[in-house]
Amino acid sequence: MDPRFIPLPLVAPGHTNDSVTEKISHMTLEKETPRAWWLTLFVALGMAGGLGVAIIGLLFVGIGLWGPNVPVGWGMDIINFVWWIGIGHAGTLISAILLLFKQKWRNSINRFAEAMTLAAVLCALQYPLFHTGRPWLAFYWLLPYPNTMSLWPNFRSPLIWDVFAVSTYGTVSLLFWYVGLIPDLGTLRDRAKNPFVKVLYGMGAMGWRNSARHWSNYEKAYLLLAGLSTPLVLSVHTVVSFDFSVSLIPGWHATIFPPYFVAGAVFAGFAMVLNLAIPVRWLYHLEDVITMRHIENMAKVMLATGLIVAYGYFMEFFMAWYSGNFYEWFMMKTRSSTGPYAWSYALLILCNVIIPNTLWWKKARTNTIWLFIVSVFVGIGMWLERFVIIVTSLYRDFMPSSWGYYKATEFDWMFFIGTGGLFLTLMLLFVRFLPAIPMSEVKMILPGAEGRVKR
Amino acid sequence: MSESGYTPSHLLHSLKELAEWVRSPAPTGVYGLMAEFANADDVVTAARQVRAAGYRKVDGYSPYPMESLIHELDQHHSWVPTIVLGGGLTGFLAGYGLEYWSQVIAYPMNIGGRPFHSWVSFIPPAFETTILFASFGAVLGMLALNGFPRPYHPVFNIEEFAKNASNDRFYLVIEAADPKFDVAVTADLLKTLNPTFVKEIPA
Repeated sequence: MDPRFIPLPLVAPGHTNDSVTEKISHMTLEKETPRAWWLTLFVALGMAGGLGVAIIGLLFVGIGLWGPNVPVGWGMDIINFVWWIGIGHAGTLISAILLLFKQKWRNSINRFAEAMTLAAVLCALQYPLFHTGRPWLAFYWLLPYPNTMSLWPNFRSPLIWDVFAVSTYGTVSLLFWYVGLIPDLGTLRDRAKNPFVKVLYGMGAMGWRNSARHWSNYEKAYLLLAGLSTPLVLSVHTVVSFDFSVSLIPGWHATIFPPYFVAGAVFAGFAMVLNLAIPVRWLYHLEDVITMRHIENMAKVMLATGLIVAYGYFMEFFMAWYSGNFYEWFMMKTRSSTGPYAWSYALLILCNVIIPNTLWWKKARTNTIWLFIVSVFVGIGMWLERFVIIVTSLYRDFMPSSWGYYKATEFDWMFFIGTGGLFLTLMLLFVRFLPAIPMSEVKMILPGAEGRVKR
Repeated sequence: MSESGYTPSHLLHSLKELAEWVRSPAPTGVYGLMAEFANADDVVTAARQVRAAGYRKVDGYSPYPMESLIHELDQHHSWVPTIVLGGGLTGFLAGYGLEYWSQVIAYPMNIGGRPFHSWVSFIPPAFETTILFASFGAVLGMLALNGFPRPYHPVFNIEEFAKNASNDRFYLVIEAADPKFDVAVTADLLKTLNPTFVKEIPA
């Protein structure tokens, strides 16, 4: 066989069960925290402080601090919400869908990606929560509970579907992540020297003792959770896209939205996984467990989903023309060429269609610096996609008398940068205090893990 | 070897065992015998031999899930899938029931001329509650079946086990509760299976 087609090993040769445990638990238990970690935490906490200021300001003054106004009633709050939720989707794709497809390369990156999902969902939740203005009053029309006004939420509304989809998604992601962590918390409990730390990890491990009986139940639960998360993750961004496509606004009312949103979510999510994994891999010397094969596979998924997204852009254009609908075609023309926001569409095509296509070349997929740059562009591009969909559909609708312009305020930006800080802080704490690479799952893919089975 | 010969009578048997365990006095003496193995091959072979010798209260320990060990110990059956199914059905009925009750009975309201019972619109939230309850079933079911949280277990009395079971060693434990158990005979059998050590586990 041509040596170019023989897959690289998923764990660098020479690793044993003991060396895997040593390498990964060392990161949490013994290694001196790298200076770069403290520096990034410092910056991240500063950014997150901005979020605190933005929230306090919003609660004192009201949502007039933000940019949305007639006719663009949804602005950065929804753009950022969709962006963050989308990023989370890659984590579930890696942990659940790739597990069902028996893609063993997921084993060393799934923990990390799931943690990213949780942090991203938490950031996303800030937007709808604070967009309600007075969140403590918002519960009676968001959640069904018996209240003194005898009111019930309207279950025919996609916004209520969204509440159910996103809250279920956050909860199930947390459960999935925790179940995966239990055996590794057991390992940390067994290795910790400090009795206080030992007790803490021990409580997390709940008495896990690696018994075959336990593994049997555990594997069933893990596989079923993956099976449940798969339709769940597809439903979440589908429901998010319903927020738009169930309405009648030109540019929103499109049947292609659900698959197009899901592909975009995975696209942005893989870009974020790479943006996080490349520096962490370098900082903690993880090249032997997050190998070039992992990096290249992620680049391939990014390329594939990027092409689906590009097809979505083309289809939106085509349908606007082919439908013969005057308003659709007008929207598409102002969006892409004649309107004051045409720059955003051009940038979107550059970031999401042109730059990712360099990943057809193996040289580009295996160059971590270039891959990092492409991922940053994809992140920006997917943010612009939501900007284009939301703002350029609303600012010039049916009636020229109601046309307007949208401009984000300083508070919008502060909130966005603040959630970025929150995200980074959570990821840094995760890498420092929990096993970022699943030890038990990496051991499963070492050679000889099952023994020479003769049945 | 039966693949999944688990019947309701097994469940009854497990319940009887549970009842006996509840009534039994605090354990004293020996919990069982533990053998340590250095690699996956040895523990799988040992599990097969011990089962062939007629021992049934046997458990294997490995630092990662081992299909072959689970197979040799005949521990494939798990109630987790059944609990998940129950959770999913409960979730669907609860979700859809809540929607029907709140939109048709408790608070009927004409919204855009849609019927009170808009079943198409009720599907997404009911789907999400199905997934939510099924997932809780999977996690809580797994934890309950494994007896978690469990602060104490006799196997941790063996120092090497507490240190290496989650790292790179494999173990086989035969409980003293097994009818065939005899400290001397069982230990001799385990010693023939190429272990790194065989030790008594104090209860």
